[in-house]
Amino acid sequence: MDESFIEAAGLTKTFGPITAISDVSFHVGKGELFGFIGPDGTGKTTLFRILTTLLLPDKGSARIGSHDVVKNFREIRKNIGYMAGRFSLYKDLTVEENLKFYATIFDTTIEENYHLIRNIYSHIEPFKKRLAGNLSGGMKQKLALSCALIHKPDTLVLDEPTTGVDAVSRREFWEMLKELKKEGITILVSTPYMDEASLCDRVALMQSGRIMEIDTPAAITSQYPYALFAVRAGNINLLLNDLEVYENRRSVQPFGQTVHFAPANAANEPEGLRKYLESRGHSGIRIEPIHAGIEDCFMMLMTNSEQPKTE
Amino acid sequence: MERDVIIEVKDLVKKFDHFVANDHLSFKVYGGEIFGFLGANGAGKTTAIRILCGLSKPTSGFIRVAGYDAYSQTEQIKKSIGYMSQKFSLYEDLTVYENIRFYGGIYGLRTEYIRSKSEELLHRLGMTEIRNKLIKDIPTGWRQKLAFSIAVFHNPRIVFLDEPTGGVDPVTRRQFWKLIYETAHSGITVFVTTHYMDEAEYCDKVCIMSEGKIVAMDSPDKLKEGFGVTNMDEVFFKVARNVTY
Repeated sequence: MDESFIEAAGLTKTFGPITAISDVSFHVGKGELFGFIGPDGTGKTTLFRILTTLLLPDKGSARIGSHDVVKNFREIRKNIGYMAGRFSLYKDLTVEENLKFYATIFDTTIEENYHLIRNIYSHIEPFKKRLAGNLSGGMKQKLALSCALIHKPDTLVLDEPTTGVDAVSRREFWEMLKELKKEGITILVSTPYMDEASLCDRVALMQSGRIMEIDTPAAITSQYPYALFAVRAGNINLLLNDLEVYENRRSVQPFGQTVHFAPANAANEPEGLRKYLESRGHSGIRIEPIHAGIEDCFMMLMTNSEQPKTE
Repeated sequence: MERDVIIEVKDLVKKFDHFVANDHLSFKVYGGEIFGFLGANGAGKTTAIRILCGLSKPTSGFIRVAGYDAYSQTEQIKKSIGYMSQKFSLYEDLTVYENIRFYGGIYGLRTEYIRSKSEELLHRLGMTEIRNKLIKDIPTGWRQKLAFSIAVFHNPRIVFLDEPTGGVDPVTRRQFWKLIYETAHSGITVFVTTHYMDEAEYCDKVCIMSEGKIVAMDSPDKLKEGFGVTNMDEVFFKVARNVTY
């Protein structure tokens, strides 16, 4: 496997006073499914627009295969499929017309590469005479992916393909990406949903225009440095309030019906915590040691980068 | 103790020509409850919310919101509720304080009242220092908290939150949910939609819609138990997977 099929070094882009991305470096192997995970406004779209040759970086460089994103932009455009964050197909064309249009632009036909899109396009083919503007969210997403694939690109760049999409359609979409990976296509995908990180081979966790961490999801979660407990009690609101003033706390984060609690000092925990909660009158207390997930790690990295320790 | 029913819906039907967007929905929401309203895109959530907010008339069924009838008392309904969505929040070219004053005025609150209550609100949110900053110049997390606080500024019986946390970072998302808890604790009913399944677990009761119908409704614990799964994501996947095109 080509370990650095895609490579970015020190990419920086500013818009007036705003630094969209700052010193972003990474490499992606051929055939890898690589995720950029981070909230809105963190620079993911800017980064993707640079990689797809739609924006010039202020500093730094990037290449896909042997093509530089600035100097060889024509070659790159031939070899990548890009799905922008907003639905960018022609609403006044039918499903089939859109697909045919994209195939024609890239000098190919639907028939020639049908095998690549079969799994995805077959879901919407019964509606091929429908205007794209009248499709549901999940269908638009499938059509956009089909159009991005029809010229047989070696790299797919997908900007938040699952944002605003319900949990079921999100899962279906990731199943499709897994299938595409088998075809050897390198896939860059961005998402604000932390739970999708585990579906990628490797991920970059992004915040405020910077990459905080790059690794496999398993390596990131196994490197979480603190003891972590899932805590439950009868009333979660009161539990949270009490945990937030517990002396031996490092972090307190609600996760659904449990609260994830990391102690500042693990030595006497969770016994100390149990006693404290009992003394505060909680009932139904359950404290279990757990392994950190990506979201725990993301918040830990965020907090650590926001409050640099002064030695 | 009998709890107050704040929203009562019996056999709500809403048709657009031949399309049935809401097909005999029935549910009750109680005072101070956090009620999660989930469903795939196109399941009929928005249609139902618009009816509950008095913005659209039902085709048939019995619907009362804060004691008012959804056919004939929509203006009273609008005064009794607050609303916040991801898209609509605040006026970017107005300052923090101007936004509060503006919404207070819209809801017909007295100037004196707006003045004293906004001081209290700014203080509670830690925004006293930035009261004269334009909305576009403050961070997303702050905007969101302010938008929510403004949605409950007139002390409504119910606040509707339509995907309030889309795209924000995990820390901000949690701070926001803390505000929701506090609000519910103070007695305001919270009606919320979200695509984050862990947020569904923060709700007292969850209602899942698919193809215009309610396919599951219970507390998150009971739902997980009933489907023999460990998280809401699995529950959602089991009941809502029949996505229509």
